[in-house]
Amino acid sequence: MKEFKYVITDEMGIHARPAGLLVKAVKGFGSSVKMTKGAKTVDCKGIMGVMSLGAKKGEEVVLTFEGEDEGAAYEAISKFMQENL
Amino acid sequence: MKVYNGKSVFSGIAIGKISVYKKGEQQVKRTKISDTGAELARYEAAKEKATEQLQGLYDKALKEVGEANAAIFEVHQMMLEDLDYNESVENIVRSQEVNVEYAVAATGDNFSRMFAAMDDDYMRERAADVKDISERLLTILTGSGSGMAAADEPVIIVADDLAPSETVQLDKDMVLSFVTVHGSTNSHTAILARMMEIPALVGTKLPLDDSVDGKMGIVDGSTGIIYVDPDEQTLAKMKERKEEELHKKELLQTLKGRENVTLDGQKLMLYANIGNIKDLAMVMQNDAGGIGLFRSEFIYLERDQYPTEEEQFQIYRQVAETMAGKRVIIRTLDIGADKQCDYFEMEHEENPALGYRAIRICLTRPEVFKTQLRALFRASAFGKIAIMYPMITSVQEIKRIKEIVAEVKAELTAHKTPFGEPEQGIMIETPAAAVISDLLAEEVDFFSIGTNDLTQYTLAIDRQNTKLDEFYDSHHPAVLRMISTVVENAHKAGIWAGICGELGADQTLTQEFLAMGVDELSVSPGSILPIRKIVLETNVGEYKAGR
Repeated sequence: MKEFKYVITDEMGIHARPAGLLVKAVKGFGSSVKMTKGAKTVDCKGIMGVMSLGAKKGEEVVLTFEGEDEGAAYEAISKFMQENL
Repeated sequence: MKVYNGKSVFSGIAIGKISVYKKGEQQVKRTKISDTGAELARYEAAKEKATEQLQGLYDKALKEVGEANAAIFEVHQMMLEDLDYNESVENIVRSQEVNVEYAVAATGDNFSRMFAAMDDDYMRERAADVKDISERLLTILTGSGSGMAAADEPVIIVADDLAPSETVQLDKDMVLSFVTVHGSTNSHTAILARMMEIPALVGTKLPLDDSVDGKMGIVDGSTGIIYVDPDEQTLAKMKERKEEELHKKELLQTLKGRENVTLDGQKLMLYANIGNIKDLAMVMQNDAGGIGLFRSEFIYLERDQYPTEEEQFQIYRQVAETMAGKRVIIRTLDIGADKQCDYFEMEHEENPALGYRAIRICLTRPEVFKTQLRALFRASAFGKIAIMYPMITSVQEIKRIKEIVAEVKAELTAHKTPFGEPEQGIMIETPAAAVISDLLAEEVDFFSIGTNDLTQYTLAIDRQNTKLDEFYDSHHPAVLRMISTVVENAHKAGIWAGICGELGADQTLTQEFLAMGVDELSVSPGSILPIRKIVLETNVGEYKAGR
């Protein structure tokens, strides 16, 4: 399992558009990708779940990657987060 | 006549028949079914159909309102694919052995309630998106239609609320305006209305019944008012205003994209004054060549504590990026006198106009000044920012500013923070600065003449005092001579000079300014095209010979 911590820098937080793009990116991998904010954890393969975290600018989220291609997923998704959120 | 108030999301005037938009009543019955497999197959088919429709809407919106606004339909497609949503529907069908319509309605309710309960305005708006996709599925499943009867003439649409998909499906040629009871100014509907440039109001508390439906209506987007069944007088007045607007719009069409050049080839830079980042849309719409005065004080006045470097940086960067390489002149903090901020804790002054204000605050509180300068220099790496210092009276002040700027740059370099090299200029708004403009010109990259203060200080007349109106002459030769001298001195030193005060927008002076050789006028966005028209029709040589 791999883990990636990230503090949101986007002014609007994880709003609909990036949430959708994130889900799209995650679906390209077989591994399970989950995102946690505070006490709540959601599956990154569902847009509503990701949006329901309501992650705002300055808040930390933790992504976990588990599965056969977790390395590649970690690389791609952490890059996505840094570039888009 | 009845009058209702709402919040305007786009200005303009619409006059026409009102049509109340009714959503198809999705009366969903809960019925027991035995073949859950067949029921779920219906769900899959409906989803496929919905995705197809959304793709169609996406393509339509892309063409009409651009990618950023069309994106919502892409998001809707992703919502349809959402694991949790689909699992919930399937669960309800399987475990309760009920029809899929009921499962979709229940799931839609649950999810939209989840968003509606979030402590974030933006996310609360997303409840409408969930409802929208659920209704779309239900419409497909039940085969029922929603919407309004096809209109035979363009109408003002009045609705409880409009989902983005409903707004974009409206036949644009048949819509004069729309008015909703709910919805906020940053809902997608509002954004789409702005992009489609039709007057629209949200949050308007009007009844959706026969007292409105089919009646004559007037929507005034500048005041946020809808008149239902207007009287003759109102109708006549609004018709006249609509004519004026139409005229302006036509002017806009013919003048947009043209260079500001006189018949004999003299060029002028026509920039916009803005007081807030929200004004950027107006700047683009009116085809400004840049921003000649960005009043940074609003960032301070809107807050109850000092704005951080990061907050300021984000705003400046956004403006610079939006203007995409066009010049953006940002005036450093100009508070004091009539603009007060509690947290600056300034002492009461007998004569604030001649008091502790603008650059004087910045130079005595360098920590406040440096925060703003750091943000400005950092943002300069993202576009063509120019910094303008207000209320200058001496060369010493500029020297002191330069020392502080050097410190800021050294700090940024030490922290390896990237920054740009913005142009730096000053406002000429005191008689002292005008008189020594030859000396000041050696020190800076440009001048911008602030005529409001320059006139007040030169004539020693307080503009706020109406008793003095008879003594006040905005075209006083003393002021015009000063402007002429300042421009001459600027050109001798090889720098440019502009005007950013109210006088700059005075169309009776445009030719005179051209004759003086003024390089730039910064005016409110709405004045840009009318002034461009004058420039295009002027022959400066002939004007000079005739004056």
